[in-house]
This record gives sequence, C-alpha cells and structure tokens, in this order.
Amino acid sequence: MHLAYPAVLSALLFCTGLYGVLARRNAILVLMSVELMLNAVNLNLVAFDVWLSRAAEETLHSGQALALFTIAIAAAEIGIGLAIVLAVYRNRGTSDIDKLRDTAEGPGGDGPDGDVPGGDASATRTAAEKAEATA
Amino acid sequence: MTLAAVATAAHATTTTAAGTHGFLSPTGVEIAFLLVGLVTLGAAVITVTTRQLVHAALWLVVALGGLAVEYLLLTAEFIAWVQVLIYVGSVVVLLLFGLMLTRAPIGRSPDADSGNRWVALAVSVAAAAALVWVVVDAFRTTWIDLDGAPAGSTEVTGASLFQHWVLPFEALSVLLLAALVGAIVLSRKAKADAAATPTTGTRRDTEGAR
Repeated sequence: MHLAYPAVLSALLFCTGLYGVLARRNAILVLMSVELMLNAVNLNLVAFDVWLSRAAEETLHSGQALALFTIAIAAAEIGIGLAIVLAVYRNRGTSDIDKLRDTAEGPGGDGPDGDVPGGDASATRTAAEKAEATA
Repeated sequence: MTLAAVATAAHATTTTAAGTHGFLSPTGVEIAFLLVGLVTLGAAVITVTTRQLVHAALWLVVALGGLAVEYLLLTAEFIAWVQVLIYVGSVVVLLLFGLMLTRAPIGRSPDADSGNRWVALAVSVAAAAALVWVVVDAFRTTWIDLDGAPAGSTEVTGASLFQHWVLPFEALSVLLLAALVGAIVLSRKAKADAAATPTTGTRRDTEGAR
C-alpha cells in the first residue's frame, strides 16, 4: 500500500478535528473534536510502524506501543474532561465555552467586575458567584 | 564517487519501487482503504459540522469504527480491536452520558457553532493544504509491504509491549489511577457544594473564604 494514503487521511482527519476545536461552542463537542485529532495521530503511528517494521526491520514496535498509550491517555483525558465539564455545568448552568470569560481580557471589560456597574449588591453577588465557581 | 554511487543506488531503488508498484494502478487493499477512508472522513466532517449534538456523537461512532477498519487493513489487528473496545465502546458512551447530564437539547441547537467558524475554516483548510502537500511530497515513493505475517497481531504487540515497554506500561496504570481519583474528587466536590446549597449563606461564605 502506498504510504501516502494513511498519511493523507490522518492529516485530513487532524484538520477536521482542528476545525471542530476552533469552531464549536459546546464543550462536549470540543472534546469530540479532540478525540478526532488523537485518532489521526494514532493512524499515523500505526501506519508508520507497519511500514518501518518491514522496511527497516524495526522489532521494537514503538508505533503500536505509542498508539496503545495514546488510546489509554485519551480515555483518561475524556474522563477528566467530562468531569470538569459537568462540574462547570453544575456551577454555571451552561456548557458553553464562549460564556466562560471570567479570566478574559478584552474590549468587554476585564472580567465580570469590570462590566458590572457599581453597587454593593451586585458586587457581592458576583463575588458569591465567583466563590461558588471556584469552590 | 561514493556520493554518485549512493545517488545511483537511490535512483535504482526508486525506479524499481516505481516499477514494481504502479503509481496509478491501485491494489485492492488500497481501494478498500480509500473507500473506508472517505466514509471515515465524511463522518468526521459531519461530526464537527452537524447542529444536532446527539447526532454528532453518533457520527463519531462511524468515524472511529472506520478508523478501526483502517487499522485492520494495515494488519494491526490488536490496535483495531482495542479501538473498537475503548473508543466505540466506552468513550462515545461517556460522551453521550455527558450530553445527557448537561441537558443537551434534542434536535437542532442554533448556537452549536461559535462566531469564528469562518476563521476556523480558513485555519483548518490552510493546515490541511500544507500538511497534505508536505506528506505527499515526502512519501511519494514509499510503499508499505503488507504481505506476509501481520505486523500487529496480538502476539507481536504483546511481546514488544511486555519486553521493551514494560516501564511506560506500568506508569500508564498509575496515570489511569490518578485519572480515576481525579474524576471522583471533581464529582465529590460538586456534591459537597450541592449539599451546602440549602443551608444558609454563611456556610457558603466560609467555603468561599477557604
């Protein structure tokens, strides 16, 4: 088999995942796109391992071992990522990553303290929200 | 002199490679790989573009299953079945549970894509063009030899894993344990917070101070 087939397929899959990570708004969809990118890397690892095990008589099978490690790390990553997303959803009521702008700097004012106009009640409410979010 | 010899040798191998493998006469394995690859890529594109969140997870199953078939075509059997077991079996189920627990809307959600999708499309198309050009240019005359014993049977993979990769394998088990404990800790903290919600605000203030 021509080596360009799996290499091109994995490059295209990686760029599809890249588009998903950049364009999606829901955190779980972003996690799905990250899975696509990891799978593209796995395909590359397996294809190059199969090529090198014949062409260079490489007996270490490092590509397949690394692919297995990547699969295990991706499983751990998806578990932790979903736990974080669920914790954020419980605290904020949303899994929309565009709305999580507490540490953002930009034209919209620096954080929720900047764009909320004065007043003790709103300030304490924001402080309570922040404490709840960080707790 | 030696340079010339190396150059002629490389030229000879190139010509013989191009002679034994016709560039425009794909074998059956290549055609199967191409067709399954098209299905996989289409499923991946639908996964990142559909507006129905549950459909995205279900198309992800198609993409990951197609990748498992690609591993089988590359004679990496063990990786293929691990892919089916872990990705299709557990990761997608976890994602579906996550969608369910965050009360994702069934049906179309108009705000699935953020406002910078055109910038994202430009970035990904540019990255794809650059990567495909470089990869095709680099491996134009390289062929994978798929004949003979499979390169990734369970015996071969297990032998290499437990002969050369034992230490990373054990470290990986520690990583999985850490991920397990981390997930439990993240969930438990939220549960303690939910238990503290019906009480008065002073408790929450002390928690915030802490």
